[in-house]
Amino acid sequence: MELVCPAGNLPSLKAAVDNGANAVYLGFRDDTNARHFAGLNFNEGQIEEGLRYARRHRVRVFVAVNTYPQPQAFARWQAAVDRAADLGVDALIVADMGVLDYARERHPDLPRHLSVQASATNPAAIRFLHRHFDLRRVVVPRVLSLAQVAHLVEQSPVPIEVFGFGSLCVMVEGRCILSSYATGQSPNTFGACSPAHAVEWRDTPQGKETRLGGILIERQGPGEPAGYPTLCKGRFAVEGRVRHAIEDPTSLNTLDLLPDLLAAGVAAIKIEGRQRSARYVAQVTRVWRDAIDAVTRNPAGFRPQPAWHQVLRGVSEGAQTTLGALDRPWA
Amino acid sequence: MNRTDPNPGRPRLSLGPLLYYWPRDQVLDFYAEMLETPLDVVYLGETVCSKRRLLRPEDWWELAERVTASGREAVISTLALIESEGELLTLERLCADRGFMVEANDLAALDFLEGRPFVAGPSINLYNQRSLGFLHGLGLKRFVLPLELGRATAAALRAASPPGVECEVFAYGRLPLANSARCFTARHLDLPKDDCGFRCIDYPDGIALATQEGRPFLAINGIQTQSAATHNLLPALDELADDGIELLRISPQSRGTAEVARTFRACLDGDLEPAQGRERLARYAPAGFCDGYWAGAAGINASAALARRG
Repeated sequence: MELVCPAGNLPSLKAAVDNGANAVYLGFRDDTNARHFAGLNFNEGQIEEGLRYARRHRVRVFVAVNTYPQPQAFARWQAAVDRAADLGVDALIVADMGVLDYARERHPDLPRHLSVQASATNPAAIRFLHRHFDLRRVVVPRVLSLAQVAHLVEQSPVPIEVFGFGSLCVMVEGRCILSSYATGQSPNTFGACSPAHAVEWRDTPQGKETRLGGILIERQGPGEPAGYPTLCKGRFAVEGRVRHAIEDPTSLNTLDLLPDLLAAGVAAIKIEGRQRSARYVAQVTRVWRDAIDAVTRNPAGFRPQPAWHQVLRGVSEGAQTTLGALDRPWA
Repeated sequence: MNRTDPNPGRPRLSLGPLLYYWPRDQVLDFYAEMLETPLDVVYLGETVCSKRRLLRPEDWWELAERVTASGREAVISTLALIESEGELLTLERLCADRGFMVEANDLAALDFLEGRPFVAGPSINLYNQRSLGFLHGLGLKRFVLPLELGRATAAALRAASPPGVECEVFAYGRLPLANSARCFTARHLDLPKDDCGFRCIDYPDGIALATQEGRPFLAINGIQTQSAATHNLLPALDELADDGIELLRISPQSRGTAEVARTFRACLDGDLEPAQGRERLARYAPAGFCDGYWAGAAGINASAALARRG
């Protein structure tokens, strides 16, 4: 089982490599990837340096070109695919059918991974895409239960990668436009959910208010923890009751399910968080490296160490973690 | 009688799939009423939750026969989020060739539909000319513009469309914005999803969700999250026609859907001013109107022509 870690910049890439990642994933410095944040991502020189560093340590490098270009800008996505191919990266992570079609035609030998943003949640969708785009791996949305993941691995003609840790989308990725409804920009069109420039924080007599695109999504009392203001994790009023009506501000942590994921035949575990610090990447990569090594050595005897959980809790958004859909806590 | 286009070059009207869970009789009455309206195309089928089974595939096919007999086009619409094996089996059945076109709302449907004429629904991510060309090669006859895309992209896609491919735009109704494995109606009622009691049936237009300062924002509809505001492209009818958009989709609501269809038709035919049409429909939009996506802005925004006046 491979460990795939986030690299939002060169220090994070090195942190992932140094702490035991099998592969790192990164994006170019624009809206061709789904972590399009100011100051994040790689220019050409940085990618070349990152590639050299990763190669030296036998770590693979994947490049995400995983947003959805519109007609006027399609050439820029083509250029991103070409650039990744010219750099000699190990795989592309792609969501859009048009980009997949281009990549397959132009660079048939460059492995293609299906991005989580492509929203493939079942064997038929994977079959369809694999038939046309010859995929090497599929990253599945964080909406599947463990049983569904196991079934998918069994039925899929392509190896499956799942998210193991990081922030949690409760909506099926690639088909959620809550962000553009409030701000005009979404992961699909812009490469960011709840983009930072649309966020406002204000202290008021009612508490600390967070607005997204001018819409009040959270109002916190003194001492209440404030996470990143992702729209679906705000508090809203439904039939007179104010609460986290869509999702609690929790992070995904599937460490406890590692033996099940291994037994299911999951090919790779992905760590979310290209927008996080190099320190986050170092700590999380180290914990997951140790955990994957432990479970591989002795699946039956695997017990997550309290120290691992402590580290992961320390870097989680919202300070709470959940097994997410894998465990279906709402069922 | 065959409905011929009374106004060539003007968009036709479609009725999108019913997004809510209504009692069976209400559904049947609703479609009987719709066949008295100037709708040209009717999409039929469950697209939100596989647990909603008051109408089975056989019932949808029977309704489709009735739609066809009325001189309209019937399209079978399919589930947007497919996770379980049971859902996949139902999907495969619905995609079998029964003489109706099928609307794919998940890529899984394309696995079954490839090689036959099909519609790409709003949750198939068709954002550019290359995706359009690719799907055309597999049998695409019509695509619904992804809801977050605006006029500039619609026009560019329209210009790049192979001959014979139609473009449909979501023109009226609450916007379906997201789907989840989790059910927000059950969450709201503190019920487990697997024992939800099918309580969606108590909320014929979803459950309103407001911000903490009371601004209507979203609507909960089982596993789906919608806009609270009603998306309304009446002010953009001339633009839609000029861009060569073939179909305008009206999304079913429990009240006023027939009047929405008649109002759109009257405005398209030049018998009613869009501003008057807007006034006529305002009472069916308790959280107001929005049309921001069409202008390339936040979907929740409303153009000056649409915003509530006075």
